[in-house]
Amino acid sequence: MHPFSYARPTEVTEAVHELAGPARAKFIAGGTNLLDLMKVNVEQPNRLIDINRLPLNTIDELDNGGLRLGALVTNADTAYHPLVEQRYPLLSQAILSAASAQLRNMATNGGNLFQRTRCYYFYDTAMPCNKRQMHHSDQITGTGPAGCGALGGYNRIHAILGTEASDGTVHCIATHPSDMAVALTALDATIHVTGPNGDRTVPIGNLHRLPGSEPQFDHTLRPDELVTAIELPPQGFPDHYTYLKLRDRSSYAFALVSVAVGLEMDGDVVTNARLALGGVAHKPWRKPEAEQLLIGRTATREHFQPVAEALLEGAVGYGHNTFKIDLAKRAIVRALGMAINKEKREEGE
Amino acid sequence: MQTTLPAPTVESAPVPLQPITLTVNGTSYQLNLAPWTTLLDALREYANLTGTKKGCDHGQCGACTVLVNGKRINACLTLAVMHDDHAITTIEGLATDGALHPVQKAFIDHDAFQCGYCTPGQICSAVGMINEGQVRTVADVRELMSGNLCRCGAYPHIVDAICDVMQLDTGK
Amino acid sequence: MKYIGEPITRVDGHEKVTGQAKYAAEFNVPDLAYGVVVSSTITKGRIIRLDTSRALAVNGVIAVFTHENRPKTAWFDVSYKDQDAPPGSPFRPLYDNEIKYNGQPVALVVAETFELARYAAMLVDVAYEATPCDTDLLKHLDAVRDPNPGVMNIFKPLPPKPRGDADQAFAEAPVQQSAQYIHGMQHHNPMEMFASTVEYGKNGFLTIYDKTQGVTNSLLYVTQAFNIPFNQVRVVSPYVGGAFGSGLRPQYQLFLAVMAARDLKRSVRVSLTRQQMWSFGHRPATVQNVRLGARPDGTLTSITHEAMAATSQFEDYMETVVNWTGKLYPSENATLRYKIKSLDLYTPLDMRAPGGVTGLHAIESAVDELAYKLGMDPLDFRLKNYTERDWTEKDKPFSSKELRECFRQGAERFGWATRNPEPRSMQRGHNLIGWGMATGIWDAAQVPARAEATLTVNGKLRVRSATADIGTGTYTIMTQIAADTLGMPIDDVVFRLGDTTMPPAPIQGGSWTASTVGSAVKSACDALAKTLFRMAKRLPKSPFVGVGFDDVQFIDGAIQLRQNPSKRVSLLEVVSRNRGRAVTETATSIPNLIKHNSHSRNAHAAAFVEVQVDEEFGTVHVTRAVTAVAAGRILNPRTARSQIIGGMVWGISHALQEESVMDHRYGRFMNHDLAEYHIPVCADIHDLDVVFVEENDTIVNPLGVKGVGEIGLVAMPAAIANAIFHATGKRIYDLPIQLDKVM
Repeated sequence: MHPFSYARPTEVTEAVHELAGPARAKFIAGGTNLLDLMKVNVEQPNRLIDINRLPLNTIDELDNGGLRLGALVTNADTAYHPLVEQRYPLLSQAILSAASAQLRNMATNGGNLFQRTRCYYFYDTAMPCNKRQMHHSDQITGTGPAGCGALGGYNRIHAILGTEASDGTVHCIATHPSDMAVALTALDATIHVTGPNGDRTVPIGNLHRLPGSEPQFDHTLRPDELVTAIELPPQGFPDHYTYLKLRDRSSYAFALVSVAVGLEMDGDVVTNARLALGGVAHKPWRKPEAEQLLIGRTATREHFQPVAEALLEGAVGYGHNTFKIDLAKRAIVRALGMAINKEKREEGE
Repeated sequence: MQTTLPAPTVESAPVPLQPITLTVNGTSYQLNLAPWTTLLDALREYANLTGTKKGCDHGQCGACTVLVNGKRINACLTLAVMHDDHAITTIEGLATDGALHPVQKAFIDHDAFQCGYCTPGQICSAVGMINEGQVRTVADVRELMSGNLCRCGAYPHIVDAICDVMQLDTGK
Repeated sequence: MKYIGEPITRVDGHEKVTGQAKYAAEFNVPDLAYGVVVSSTITKGRIIRLDTSRALAVNGVIAVFTHENRPKTAWFDVSYKDQDAPPGSPFRPLYDNEIKYNGQPVALVVAETFELARYAAMLVDVAYEATPCDTDLLKHLDAVRDPNPGVMNIFKPLPPKPRGDADQAFAEAPVQQSAQYIHGMQHHNPMEMFASTVEYGKNGFLTIYDKTQGVTNSLLYVTQAFNIPFNQVRVVSPYVGGAFGSGLRPQYQLFLAVMAARDLKRSVRVSLTRQQMWSFGHRPATVQNVRLGARPDGTLTSITHEAMAATSQFEDYMETVVNWTGKLYPSENATLRYKIKSLDLYTPLDMRAPGGVTGLHAIESAVDELAYKLGMDPLDFRLKNYTERDWTEKDKPFSSKELRECFRQGAERFGWATRNPEPRSMQRGHNLIGWGMATGIWDAAQVPARAEATLTVNGKLRVRSATADIGTGTYTIMTQIAADTLGMPIDDVVFRLGDTTMPPAPIQGGSWTASTVGSAVKSACDALAKTLFRMAKRLPKSPFVGVGFDDVQFIDGAIQLRQNPSKRVSLLEVVSRNRGRAVTETATSIPNLIKHNSHSRNAHAAAFVEVQVDEEFGTVHVTRAVTAVAAGRILNPRTARSQIIGGMVWGISHALQEESVMDHRYGRFMNHDLAEYHIPVCADIHDLDVVFVEENDTIVNPLGVKGVGEIGLVAMPAAIANAIFHATGKRIYDLPIQLDKVM
């Protein structure tokens, strides 16, 4: 870990100001991913701005019936919050399927969104990785060689969707590791951001990006911006939802494939549907056209399969991860069934 | 109020150690630490509280679990400097007046460890889990204790010990 | 016997649950410097430039050791051989600029604090000239060769000579079974990372707190490699945070810490990182071919079991993979083969049940598949081919073998009799349920050891031997043996271990500590008893005048006449008349070779497993399992049960989760951390049960114990694979059985 200086502002404006300086500064909140990456020399900030004392640690009801989750509320406090449990059980379930109880007690909602991929090659500075080649305004920094080690390498946990750049080349097949972000994508959350130029909002679907030819950028925020809150719209799908996560052990493992489902039903007929996939792409994967296939249909397996096919359209396997294409389809069909039927949901995978 | 440590300007700059007070098990420890010292290293190398274990240093094993303001966290993934006003409890602080905490006693009774290296983390994690109040079933115990790896494979006895303390029926 | 056989709670329990138990990196000696290792990023080639200037420029960095500036150490590679070194030329850290494997240590940065050393290690600039590497066993199956057996093969026998004509018998067999089984590499990954704290004392005396399964081994290694007299080094290791074989050989952090401490004349600690736990020994990758032939009545007529494994370019590691097949099954025609291939890897290293878990997965899966072809219950098939003699060892009888009882009692506890043999015949919700079973076998070894027993002036018993407790329960069972032998309350007995100032014991491994050190402890305590009795006889007004040793018993802290318990002398009184001095006896126990040579000595087990398979996703959960174990006398059912359960958890891990995956383009392990190298978490483990079958064995050793460290593991992987077949109708031959292989 490289040395750094440490600051602990108590006001948001102060924090944003701190970041705007010349140093390679980073915010630290839970620290669960940043310190991990600093120890393996992937991240080398020379200044850390501890934002844990900023007043962004409350969960508030909104007038429209939605909920505003402070960026610094821990994952655990969010998942176990009575309003989240009642109105957004999908989010609770997704958060609780992630990491461990200890990490959920540390990790914050804001930090969770900006955790970095767990690609083996990204994490190992001896291995080639395009994502580690960071282009700062005046220099390229980054440890280890360029290239994508996972392409042609060991890519069990890697992406099957959205990997190609516009010219058809592939520069990175990393996945976004967050479970929470997958649920937020299905819930159509809005991210509140502040920066030197003031406040703005970003739909969750626009927060993360596909790797294209610039995989070093995980998201669309500017480097000097800070997430202040996550806004959940009123519709939380509390009656018909599920978060199905498939992984290599029962707990404390990242998703090979995960599916977040929220449905509204009128009897047996689906009137509104949201689906998002985790573990398959550089960002939570959502495709509104696929969701449309369900609207007005009865909730039966024969109607689920086309949704799965549509969501996985264009999926490409890279060897070890090719199984994910089938696994994701099966998971989608199962998750839809679980979302409709409470008993099935409790029966789980 | 803002706490700021000076930035090292070049690699060979003197180490900017800072006086930091950590409150561990009710005792104040005045330590001189660099800001990049983790809470785990501060406990083990500076406060000589080696009961908290380093099993991976990356938040992937749970051996370093301590309680901060009653909540269990991984001490390896947090900086000591971030906790100067927190109440930290480690395995050394669980017994009171020489009497073992019920979880400690249950671990002995159920032989819930072998090599003992993950044990302080398991015990602190169990105490934290009980504090959290989210356990209803044995399956909940298994899930919520999954952040603590045990390579000796003592899980069945760890679950028995915790269920014993929580008076949960294990069906045995 | 008051304590032996009783479920005494661990005597080291209090220290472990309170955080007082100290492991190698926890001896915070004064003026300690910290060393952090820089690891090679290539697999094969040489270092062409090594720039340490940036690291040295960091204020607080004391030294950077590389092959260019390392202090002089022993010249000949033989000096680096430890007690567990396979034949060949041991790896010598920082010896020269040649890179032999990925992750090889290339520099040690020593600084005033751990944080500074870690930072400066990132600043060491190493330029390599890489040459292409070969690490993939599967690409070299046509180039395997016989291993150089070396001297360790008394513990790791090579395959026996073939008997009969397995090929012809197979060709003629009415029922045939043939399959290939592939296992990846695995790493031990004990929870405690490897560390050595070297305290630099007066006149350069070194006190080394080392993570090891044998302090004597570390001592020998250090004295030879650095040419230091024995009396200038002490190795201490009271607690070991798991090892599972990884501590059988001194690891490079020991060498580096000693080197730095001697050069700097200062105490130094070197701890490895979790990622660096992938930079030394591992369970090797193997490919096994098993061919079985049988008559329609189930009699095995032909067995061919061959295993091919990878080793390093510099040592011929071998393990016993195929011999177990011969010990379990008595076919008249059998060929067992074991071959190795040198690759650009570090030398493999015994990992819990080395060879046994590998070979038994193959043979016990093959036997299950054959039983299905024969239309027999897999358990009946095993009974049909049961043997009381070991043809791999000159057809000797077994010293004891209650495997039949393991089958019976295990099956009964599990409910095997109600099993419908039809695959896919059981469901729970949308999940398929399957039941499988398999046999386990492991060695019951004993080697020489020494122990010392002292009755202190306070009338307490203190027993010592330089063995280890890697979590196995050595402290507890030795305390029990000692207490019973001298008839003392267990609270008055202390057993100490892990210190080279104590009488020597062998490295802890192979499930031999209970028999080996247990026998030594018993011998030492027996010797002390005789001495105390002689002293008691000489006391004024001794009640034992004219009495023989066999006429008295040691009970409740006293010696008393068997026929007249009122005639007694307390041990405290005996020692109090010894002019203020404690009474000490030391004894060496050696195996009874006459008994041993005439018998095969093995522990046995039968595992019964229920799996729940979600076929659509391929996810497998072991929902319950029973292992019935026949391992001679069980000294402590509480700690022994923990050993077996731990072994079963390892079996689940081996079957379903664990593999160190290498990117063979680079020769580098890619999932080298505990997030991506999956071992079970609490949620993976459900109902595990253990049955200890009574087994009396007067041959193995005077205590009748066989050791339980490995026997709980060996049967599980095949039982799980067989249960998956029963659930799904699918045979999966390669481990680990991750979801993509099942779905």
